[in-house]
Amino acid sequence: MKVLVAVKRVIDYNVKIRVKADHSDVDLTNVKMAMNPFCEIAVEEAVRLKEKGVATEVVAVTVGPKAAQEQLRTALALGADRAIHIETDERVESLAVAKLLAKVVDEEQPGLVILGKQAIDTDNNQTGQMLAALTNLPQGTFASEVAVDGDKVNVTREIDGGLQTVALTLPAIVTTDLRLNEPRYAKLPDIMKAKKKPLDVKTPADYGVEVASKVTLLKVESPAERKGGIKVASVDELIDKLKNEAKVL
Amino acid sequence: MSILVLADLHEGQLAGATAHVVAAAQAIGGDIDVLVAGEGVQAAADAAAKLDGVSKVRVADNAAYAHQLAEPMGALLVELAGDYTHVLASASTTGKNVLPRLAALKDVSQLSDVIGVESADTFLRPIYAGNAIATVKSDDALKVITIRTTGFDAVGTSGSATTEAVDFVADNAQSSFVKQELAQSDRPELGGAKVVISGGRGMGNGENFKLLDGIADKLGAAIGASRAAVDAGFVPNDMQVGQTGKIVAPELYIAVGISGAIQHLAGMKDSKVIVAINKDEEAPIFQVADYGLVGDLFEILPELESKL
Ligand SMILES: Cc1cc2nc3c(=O)[nH]c(=O)nc-3n(C[C@H](O)[C@H](O)[C@H](O)COP(=O)(O)OP(=O)(O)OC[C@H]3O[C@@H](n4cnc5c(N)ncnc54)[C@H](O)[C@@H]3O)c2cc1C
Ligand SMILES: Cc1cc2nc3c(=O)[nH]c(=O)nc-3n(C[C@H](O)[C@H](O)[C@H](O)COP(=O)(O)OP(=O)(O)OC[C@H]3O[C@@H](n4cnc5c(N)ncnc54)[C@H](O)[C@@H]3O)c2cc1C
Repeated sequence: MKVLVAVKRVIDYNVKIRVKADHSDVDLTNVKMAMNPFCEIAVEEAVRLKEKGVATEVVAVTVGPKAAQEQLRTALALGADRAIHIETDERVESLAVAKLLAKVVDEEQPGLVILGKQAIDTDNNQTGQMLAALTNLPQGTFASEVAVDGDKVNVTREIDGGLQTVALTLPAIVTTDLRLNEPRYAKLPDIMKAKKKPLDVKTPADYGVEVASKVTLLKVESPAERKGGIKVASVDELIDKLKNEAKVL
Repeated sequence: MSILVLADLHEGQLAGATAHVVAAAQAIGGDIDVLVAGEGVQAAADAAAKLDGVSKVRVADNAAYAHQLAEPMGALLVELAGDYTHVLASASTTGKNVLPRLAALKDVSQLSDVIGVESADTFLRPIYAGNAIATVKSDDALKVITIRTTGFDAVGTSGSATTEAVDFVADNAQSSFVKQELAQSDRPELGGAKVVISGGRGMGNGENFKLLDGIADKLGAAIGASRAAVDAGFVPNDMQVGQTGKIVAPELYIAVGISGAIQHLAGMKDSKVIVAINKDEEAPIFQVADYGLVGDLFEILPELESKL
């Protein structure tokens, strides 16, 4: 079984972004970029399936600018066998990403597609679900456990009230939650080897997909800043403040 | 304008989130219908009919929609969406699971986690863990939107909408329900609680979370946690507050043994009053706390419980 993993280049999760002075967008100049953490979990899961002999090949795909190849190389260093880069400098939103991934699914015929549940920049939490709908495949979102069993996969999902397990026919689309696994770090020899692994470069036009969206970004603003408050010296003072100043008790 | 709101269910009952989504629909303006889909959902439909501002409740009561699996729910929404200009759901794990399917099948974008309505086509949504607020305009014919419930005050319950059965039954040979393990708790749900007390890695272990119980009992609070506490296995996943867990905005949020990483702040910084209890006076949580108490939680919590 072939496993396809979608990885996205985003700002590093430690970076606190700033809004541009003209409010047109956030300022990403010289900001440290990395693989979306949920995508790292997706790659790890795919690689573990290969190590267990369930998967035969792991293919990583990204949609984004030239620099996104860094994240594909990371995926290759972590154990993916080859990569597909769909290169574009446009702002590509979830629906267009899902359309492109649907074309890749068509071409590659994977048994399982693993994506992150959300990208930590736009926090959309949509792409996997959209891909499932477009390919008419079942979906197991927010996965904390993925168990392939013959022509089925059982996916345990982190839902608001607890955990839910669904059985899906294969091929299926899975999106990862935080508890699915703990991704490994790439080792230096693997990073060297990854440079030689195959990486195909395509464009949205190669797939006949129009990436323009009907959603326009009018402006971006900083949220109202919370002012730090005061330190209280004791539990008594805390209770007094909550009762008499904040009036929440 | 005509708006369809997908109701959230919790163990078959109408969840509190729906009243907030209806409020968002009112801010858009127009006729508001609510879709209640599931198996054995008459009581939820009756509750939805009482929400202020709702004209009609459409009830899809069928085994096909039990547990609201994504595939049949998506098909149902596609079937009904033709009657509407907007389809809304809360940004719950159900709304997030189902709505993007509708958007994709209708070839439109989805706007996720909307916190404000400027007009029928222009909305506010947080991006980058809430460190920026984007104003976005959608020119799609159908607007598919998930609503962050903390952005809208719940509507009242003095309405009297009509109810109408939906006959459409979706086929689904692709997915089936296996099991569910829901946390049992007498406490209020995290999303709707007036007071939330959360523990972090500083709690040390799961057993110590009991130190929060007595305080939560006295305050009628829900109990939350940081990701570190969930990852360490102290408490279950449904308690995680943050960018990638639950978003809460109670009257009072008490963070205990939580450092205040941006991902955690994203889930609670819109709370009205924030209290932080932490032994490290440099912890970033103090930068957003209205009242900070520096000290050892193992001493402070028992004292707080006894003095409340
Ligand atoms: C209003 C608005 C503002 C935007 N601002 C910016 C911006 O400032 N900077 C910017 O770079 N983009 C911006 N975008 C584009 C945005 O990054 C896209 O929405 C994004 O590429 C789609 O991913 P998502 O965040 O919606 O994915 P989600 O649905 O949150 O991601 C889930 C998973 O889908 C997969 N996935 C998502 N995107 C890709 C991809 N490109 N390649 C491979 N796999 C992927 C990953 O597995 C990911 O974990 C903006 C879009 C909009 C609508
Ligand atoms: C993709 C991604 C998503 C994430 N999503 C989330 C999310 O949704 N929610 C979330 O919370 N985090 C999230 N995180 C994790 C986040 O970055 C932090 O790692 C996490 O919030 C830290 O949890 P903590 O504050 O409990 O632990 P720590 O940062 O370890 O802090 C523990 C605190 O406890 C204090 N302490 C210790 N002992 C005592 C004592 N005896 N008395 C008083 N104080 C004490 C310490 O001084 C310290 O400040 C995410 C991270 C990533 C990469």
